[in-house]
Amino acid sequence: MFDLECENLVKRFGPFTAVDGVSLEIPSGSFFSILGPSGCGKTTLMRMIAGFENPNSGDIRLKGKSVVTTPPNKRNVKMVFQHLALFPMMNVGENIAYGLRCRGENKADITAKVASVLERISMPGVQEKQISQLSGGQKQRIAIARCMVLNPDVLLLDEPLGALDLKLREHMKIELKQLQSQFDTTFLYITHDQSEALVMSDNVAVMNGGRFEQIGAPETLYHAPKTAFVAGFVGDSNRWSGTVSSIAGDLAKVTVGNGLEMVASIGGARPQTGGEVEVFVRPEAMQLLAKGAATAMAAMNTLDGVVDSLLFNGAASRVLVRTQAGLLIEVVHRMDAGQVRVNPGDAVTVGWAHGAGLCFRVGG
Amino acid sequence: MLRSDTGKLSLILLMTPFVLWIVLLILLPQLGITFVSLREKIGPRQYEFGFGNYIAFIQEPIYWNTLLRTAWMSILVTVMSLLVGFPIAFYIAKIAQRRSRAGLFLLCLIPLWVSDLVRAFGWIVLLRETGLISGALQYVGLVNGPVEMLYNDVTVVIGLVYTVVLFMIVPLVSTLDGMDNSMLEAGYNLGGSRLTVFRRIIVPYAMPGIVSGCIIVFMLTAGSYLTPILLGGKNSMWFTEQIYDQFITRYNWEAGATFGVLLLGFTSMVIWLGLKLTGQNLASTVAKD
Amino acid sequence: MKFLGSKLLATAAVIIAVSTGASSAETLRLLTWGSYAPDEIIKLFEEKYPDIQVEVTFSNNEEMVAKLRATGGAGFDLAQPSHDRIYAVQQEYGIYKPLDLTKIDTSVMEPKLLEGVKANTTIDGQVYAVPHQWGTSGLMADVSKVPDLKSWSDLCDPQYKGKTSMRLKRTILLGTAFAMGEDPFAAYSDLDKYQTILDKVAEKLIACKDNLKTYWTGGDDLSNLMLSGEVVASETWDSTAYKLYAQNPNIHFIPPTTGALAWIDTFTIPAKGEADDAAYKWINFVLQPEIVKLMSASTGSQASVKGAKDLLPEDKRAAVTAAFTDKDIDNLKFFANIPPGVEDMEGKTLEKIKAATE
Repeated sequence: MFDLECENLVKRFGPFTAVDGVSLEIPSGSFFSILGPSGCGKTTLMRMIAGFENPNSGDIRLKGKSVVTTPPNKRNVKMVFQHLALFPMMNVGENIAYGLRCRGENKADITAKVASVLERISMPGVQEKQISQLSGGQKQRIAIARCMVLNPDVLLLDEPLGALDLKLREHMKIELKQLQSQFDTTFLYITHDQSEALVMSDNVAVMNGGRFEQIGAPETLYHAPKTAFVAGFVGDSNRWSGTVSSIAGDLAKVTVGNGLEMVASIGGARPQTGGEVEVFVRPEAMQLLAKGAATAMAAMNTLDGVVDSLLFNGAASRVLVRTQAGLLIEVVHRMDAGQVRVNPGDAVTVGWAHGAGLCFRVGG
Repeated sequence: MLRSDTGKLSLILLMTPFVLWIVLLILLPQLGITFVSLREKIGPRQYEFGFGNYIAFIQEPIYWNTLLRTAWMSILVTVMSLLVGFPIAFYIAKIAQRRSRAGLFLLCLIPLWVSDLVRAFGWIVLLRETGLISGALQYVGLVNGPVEMLYNDVTVVIGLVYTVVLFMIVPLVSTLDGMDNSMLEAGYNLGGSRLTVFRRIIVPYAMPGIVSGCIIVFMLTAGSYLTPILLGGKNSMWFTEQIYDQFITRYNWEAGATFGVLLLGFTSMVIWLGLKLTGQNLASTVAKD
Repeated sequence: MKFLGSKLLATAAVIIAVSTGASSAETLRLLTWGSYAPDEIIKLFEEKYPDIQVEVTFSNNEEMVAKLRATGGAGFDLAQPSHDRIYAVQQEYGIYKPLDLTKIDTSVMEPKLLEGVKANTTIDGQVYAVPHQWGTSGLMADVSKVPDLKSWSDLCDPQYKGKTSMRLKRTILLGTAFAMGEDPFAAYSDLDKYQTILDKVAEKLIACKDNLKTYWTGGDDLSNLMLSGEVVASETWDSTAYKLYAQNPNIHFIPPTTGALAWIDTFTIPAKGEADDAAYKWINFVLQPEIVKLMSASTGSQASVKGAKDLLPEDKRAAVTAAFTDKDIDNLKFFANIPPGVEDMEGKTLEKIKAATE
């Protein structure tokens, strides 16, 4: 059973196609994210699901029933807006009760439901507070509670964390995930921030140019991207353009700028020998080797270079290495005790397994 | 030290025009008017201090009837301006394309480019028995004889609404402009019908604009002179006309000043009452932060 | 302390008046009626007296008095109120100064009018005004539709329902009183009697209200009503009627059977006028026959100089001849001086009429 299904949705604004044949299925109770750069059509897609835009073609089904002709106020899809859109002229209790009152529920029920939903978001007794008295995180939770009190089939969230500062955003990611499992409701989350999508979601759809590039679990997208776009957009990568000099099984030997050669797995469609490809290598797949050491190790690509600078960031610290050809490479390298210490100016060798890099055919 | 001195200087420089304006053009004349209103004339060039002018006002039904009528019609004009102005303001602020907004705003300003008198005569040309509308109606055969549309209260109200509606639209546009469209979408999304969204979200949000618009419009209407006189004809009774008559025609400055004080007091009271009834206060509307 | 209020009110006007007064050595500030200082005459005057500059403020009786009262008679050097607006106003507010008749060429004036104005405006043996233009208030009708309008009260004739008009000012009160057989001017000496007359007049005019289209407020307003045919009979100033006669010869001025009410606009010098010599020069200048001709063309009224009728423009003379017989001239009722208190009584009566609903 799917809470939300979209089938071949198309939305055009004049000559511009914002959403171009998108289909998706979201199983009940899961956390689904749509990840894409701004302008990729994700907001339009969400607005069609909420009913604020009408698709040119295609179908939207909630719990199996088509809602394309249902007006937005009759769809059981609730939405948390980018700037939350809490009503400033109502207090917290009235904000949450708004939807219940629209449904015409009786006063006693409303009071009880408001109190219980506030309980569930760990903010009991704030009914009388004004919206302006709340902190950013509290507003966030009230906006979710305002929707959840109505027991929606699907909760849409339109980049609600965008306005928060970094620390709070990290915290809210976890909290959102917890709220989702607590309410056991399907969340459809829209974001351009890949870390938000990866951390919270059961499944992520990566969207670009009005289409889905790939739908999958976060690990799959991270480790086995199907397109160059996904590989580049999800997670950090070192990225080079080059030409295929030979292909052996799933591995291709690629010559990148200045004659450097490296071996990478083939992702997506198979390139031809001599064809142009892009190579992606995750910084954490690389390691710093002592100069000249273990180059004999089989199935390793190696590059010689000089440490350009150290980027300390605790467990995610990196080293920037400049190769002789002038390429800059990011390598994960923890700078804790017990690790090899490097300093800017040190000559090093960067190495990674043949299978750790991925190459994608350009234009395909 | 230097900095606080220049700060003080700029404060004084900024304050001076405001204080001068308040004291010279508002406070002093008002005090003068109040003073004159408390003077009783007992003979040529002989005056006594007392409340005789106010008592005379209370004892003459024509006077307070006119004041009540002025207030009542001003309230009517205010309500109608709100009814007419709100959709216009909503269209300008929320529906119209951003680049056509300035043009629409300017269109609303056009009536202010001509004087009150010219505007009133414009209405007269349109509405008189031998005027354009009467002629057009006869031409298309909707009526048989000429129709007189001037010289009645309906015309006065229409003329006044036309004159003041802009002062309703401007504050409304500026409050509605500040309303995030997603607030409306949230209103629908949570299950609200158009009516609910209008009643529970748009109106409360626009309330500061509504209240300040209503105050301005009410004050302007109650204090207007030309439009009610020219369009009202033989039965028009407007309180400002009484004030003019007392001051100019009857040489009775004392009564005129009394009427002036009463008009200010009465309209202030109506506004205070209106604020009380709608549960608003000046700080949350006119002086909204 | 007593006049603190009026002083506060007058401050702005005084400042403006002083600052403009100081800018030029000789400025003649005229406070007069709309058509009494046409540009043409000002130009001729300034050519003759190059060191005098004329500034004109157009007004009417009530506003002239109000303006001068606000400043205690300052701000203007020559004013032209009607003859009945001088005596009581001067006693009450002291806004005029006595005239030096030796500086005015009174020999050209029509003696009857001059003596009348002098008699009306002499206080403690000093004369405060001399006549300039005179005219009458009476009736006007489109004779093709209203052939037999005779009396003030004919405006209330139901056969012209919705097609008559009047100005709701003191003239119609007085006219109606005469039409009802009273003599309101005689009653000025007995204000109780005057009040009973006013009450009767009010009753009559309230009953008449339904018969009127509207109250007119100014000459343009009245002209539009008459020319469009929306109104066929009305109270009027004779000058307005004469102007309309030129455009529609069916519109005649009709002196009521009880006599047209005659007014004389005068020359007075405000108490704090600063250019008396220039004022006298202006008075003598506009009394010259060729200037009288220009003036009458502009005002539509007759000057109070000898042989004034001959100095009227052709069309106006025809209109006057059509309107007045010698008998009508003898029958003129000149407005009597308004004693203190009468304006207030009349004002109340007018309010009562205006407030009455049909």
